[in-house]
Amino acid sequence: MIEGIFVEGLIYGIMALGVFFTFRILNFPDLTVDGSFPLGAAVMAACITSGAGIFWGLTLALVSGWLAGAVTAEIHNRLRVPHLLAGILTMTMLYSINIRIMGNRANLPLVRQETLLTQVTQAFPGLDPAWVLLGFFIVLVLGIKVLLDLFFLTDMGLVFGALGNNEQMVLAAGVNPATYKVIGVGISNALVAFSGALAAQYQGFSDVNLGLGMVVFGLAAVMIGEFLIPSNRIWVLTLRVVLGAILYKAILYFGRYYGYAIHMTPSDLKLISGLLIIFALVLTRRGKKGRGGLFS
Amino acid sequence: MIRLEGIVKTFHPGSPDAHTVFQGLNLEVGEGEFVTVIGSNGAGKSTLLNLISGKIFADAGRVFINGRDMTKLPEYRRAQYVGRIFQDPLAGTAATMTVEDNLMIAAKKGFRGLRISLNKKQRETFRNHLAHLDMGLEDRMKDNVGLLSGGQRQALTLLMMVLSRPPLILLDEHTAALDPRNAERVMDLTRIFVGDYGFTTLMVTHNMAHAIRYGSRLLMMDRGRIVLDVGGEEKAGLTVEGLVKRFSELGATASDALLLTRGGEV
Repeated sequence: MIEGIFVEGLIYGIMALGVFFTFRILNFPDLTVDGSFPLGAAVMAACITSGAGIFWGLTLALVSGWLAGAVTAEIHNRLRVPHLLAGILTMTMLYSINIRIMGNRANLPLVRQETLLTQVTQAFPGLDPAWVLLGFFIVLVLGIKVLLDLFFLTDMGLVFGALGNNEQMVLAAGVNPATYKVIGVGISNALVAFSGALAAQYQGFSDVNLGLGMVVFGLAAVMIGEFLIPSNRIWVLTLRVVLGAILYKAILYFGRYYGYAIHMTPSDLKLISGLLIIFALVLTRRGKKGRGGLFS
Repeated sequence: MIRLEGIVKTFHPGSPDAHTVFQGLNLEVGEGEFVTVIGSNGAGKSTLLNLISGKIFADAGRVFINGRDMTKLPEYRRAQYVGRIFQDPLAGTAATMTVEDNLMIAAKKGFRGLRISLNKKQRETFRNHLAHLDMGLEDRMKDNVGLLSGGQRQALTLLMMVLSRPPLILLDEHTAALDPRNAERVMDLTRIFVGDYGFTTLMVTHNMAHAIRYGSRLLMMDRGRIVLDVGGEEKAGLTVEGLVKRFSELGATASDALLLTRGGEV
């Protein structure tokens, strides 16, 4: 069971990295996530059931996620709509689109289908599938994390840091902030959709409501991470997001299975999530008077 | 270098707050000129810089920079040719990024890709530049800019602007928010950089002594008009008292008293 928590934490950690990118680096609170997560799941499920295959499922999940983010950024840029409203608009539209992608159905089962996960476990026939998956996802998520770290060291990555800090400085560098918002919010949602594609395969189905509360999950992971490890180095920042996601999954797991002891029901979990974020906010706010911020 | 033709600018047109700043402003600044701009509050100094940098657009008239018509070019496109420093030392840097990251972002203009340019050689170049500022920044390249003092931040902003060598620089009271010692240091650095790189410079200041001491030409603005435009020997012969007298002859707008005290300080 413990390896299940880790695997789920790692899968949702990719989504949390996307949330971290928009909320913490771009300073663009993006609610598209609640729609782009099931978008990735829907695209993946549609590709698998239609026979297009796993490779195309993952690729198209990334591309569609990027497009969803780009739409949010464009709504914000061109119509001067606040970030939050732009995200909500895209998220709402994605609900209908996701149902269309799944062939006018609210969910699409993937049981008995060949998925990335069955392929991976079949590649190591002698070993316990649960631990094979854990090993696979550790390597995969670390790979994504390292790529993201490297990205933030590039000339383009540095501009993203400045964009969330001081837009005037980005203008002075001769860079159009609107273009970078499209790229950045796109990358964030590509990660989220990719995470959704993996989650659908892990759970064995895609559902249009899979994204409910996803932003809150991502934020909780980011904040738990910040509470765990104070740092200013980018590789720690991304690492602690993933650790935060795993820990948050564990908290939810224990809440779900042992919460009955204190008369808690699964429907109370959303309340707990919200309280947890508020708690983490209070603690980090108290901890970082004067210092803190993006790379600090 | 800069040519403004018939600039008209009204804020909040069609509303009760409508306020016309410029009604056909013309200005020509030659290559390599260092122009200081003084004037009371509301004279249109900042609006002038905003029109040149592209922060705001004129209702009518044309803006030429470097011989190109940039009337309709957005701010980020004009940034290729125009560097700018604001009064607020926080406005030009990213507080939660390191000194070297800030320098790297400013070192080039325009869209950038996935190369990692901040390498050992680049750091060495930055270190040398920082050492020349004489602000103790060369040993703090990995510190977040938010930890620096206002003077250090403004000196860093100045260096960041200089690194990309824009042909035209706009200084908007860039020493006004600093303590006297740091203000002098930043002003010194400004003079040195302008001398070394030959930037065409427009410097707005409230400090009359600075306006006289620095630069090759002095503009005095009042209610959207250029009321005094002197260069060469005539400028060298100006005194703070003389300027204040000219001001009062204009019919004493707004904050002349402030100008008097400011002028007297230095």
